[in-house]
Amino acid sequence: MPQGNPFSKSIKKGRRDLKVYPYKSAKIRIDQCIKMNNILEVKNLNVSFDKEKIIENLSFSLKTGENLVVLGPNGAGKTALLKTLLGIYPFSGEIKWKENVKIGYVPQKFFLEKTVPLTVEEFFKFRPRRPANEKISGEEIVKAINSVGIKNGSILKKKIGEISSGQLQRVLIAWALVDNPEVLIFDEPTAGIDIEGEETIYKLLAEIEKERNLTIIMVTHDLSVVYKIADSALCLNRRFFCYGAPQDVLNSENFRKLYGEEIKFYKHEHH
Amino acid sequence: MSIINLYSLITAIFVGGAAGYVGSLMLTKRMALVGDAFGHVALPGMGLALLFGLNVSLGAFAFLFLGVLAVWFLEPKTQLPAETLVGIIFVLSLAVGFLITPEPELLEALFGDISKVSFWGTAISAVASVLIGLTVWKIYPKITLGSISEDIAAANKINIKKYNFIYLLMVAVVVALGVRIVGSLLAGALVIVPAAAARLVSANLRQYAAFSAGFGVLSCIFGILLAQAINFSAGPIIILVCSFFFLIALVFKK
Repeated sequence: MPQGNPFSKSIKKGRRDLKVYPYKSAKIRIDQCIKMNNILEVKNLNVSFDKEKIIENLSFSLKTGENLVVLGPNGAGKTALLKTLLGIYPFSGEIKWKENVKIGYVPQKFFLEKTVPLTVEEFFKFRPRRPANEKISGEEIVKAINSVGIKNGSILKKKIGEISSGQLQRVLIAWALVDNPEVLIFDEPTAGIDIEGEETIYKLLAEIEKERNLTIIMVTHDLSVVYKIADSALCLNRRFFCYGAPQDVLNSENFRKLYGEEIKFYKHEHH
Repeated sequence: MSIINLYSLITAIFVGGAAGYVGSLMLTKRMALVGDAFGHVALPGMGLALLFGLNVSLGAFAFLFLGVLAVWFLEPKTQLPAETLVGIIFVLSLAVGFLITPEPELLEALFGDISKVSFWGTAISAVASVLIGLTVWKIYPKITLGSISEDIAAANKINIKKYNFIYLLMVAVVVALGVRIVGSLLAGALVIVPAAAARLVSANLRQYAAFSAGFGVLSCIFGILLAQAINFSAGPIIILVCSFFFLIALVFKK
């Protein structure tokens, strides 16, 4: 597409915005007309499965380099939100990503039979990337696993089903980072990891974030993380959401409503 | 060795290799089950082909194709697990196939008869096997990612449904070729057993694919030679050799 002048772009924007997006067929837009500095804009997002609404009228935006933490009780639609942003789930409303945005995704951990003969290295080699015709090189793989704190390259020859759950978590992060994304989307990065492992994952995340100037969208159960990395927080509970600076969101009456009794359980002291 | 025997050997080598290779992509238990049941789905098609004097592989493929469509379309639409669905399609096919296959040919349809293969049959099997191999090689990374995590695949813009369909189609073609050699009851084994053996002794995916294809080829060579030596039907002997490889692999398990 030829580069038009700013004027014609703004006209185009006006026209595009007039479009009506019918339910369940809205497309994620890669947009040149996104607000300056914004990497993501979400407006009136609705997601539902089998006629049950999971997310209703959600709006928020994210600046480049901003870290957003998504909070909420189990089943609140946090994972659904991430998958919708990634284009996996259908939705209505508007999701606009900055043009040519590259996203790395770290899914909730999965369990693989020990006998599946796929090595960590092969897992990396199979990663699709942009531009599509370039393969991930051995050097890039080593760099990526080093950056998540795995210094011993022998892990590359191990089968994915055989490495520990903490290592798998790190491998998944490295896998997401290896193509140098601008945005990292994390789903529950600490589920099932012991406290010590958890702490180092967050330390690691903070380092990676600083090093690469990443924009991070992260789902978590752990409130202490919010203060550590988040620039903004979004709490979800199906039809109800609150969004803002972490201290505002966490102290709000809304937040207590969101978790109800559960909050006592989750809010533990960290040093 | 007579020319006919040579044809049957060449056919079996190509089809055995392709079947083994295709089988190595069945990384999950669920997929392996589909592969196993596929052979049975071929039976009604083979029965009709025998009844009307048509090509057995073609008849088998027509029904396998319907089987692929059924699994592919019905699975997301029902709440039933794929295993149940495949199980139903499989027993239905077996029952219908048994009823329509002419009795003199029933044994051939169930256990295969490679001894009648022609030059053209051999050539077509060889070419088709190579094409299957190339197609599977091409989709190998995407199917692998899809089977370890659908979320990762979808987030990386891999159309899992499309690639699964292509893969199922390749399984269907290789089974359609395989039913001539080992029959509909054992065709699934040609896909599953070499891969199961290879899985035990492979340190990585590349070895897994290579061993799997290799076990497929070797089973067919030894199976056919052994069958000719003791003057027995090749199909069951090939599967016996195949299972023997599995036992050996079990001993040398990594």
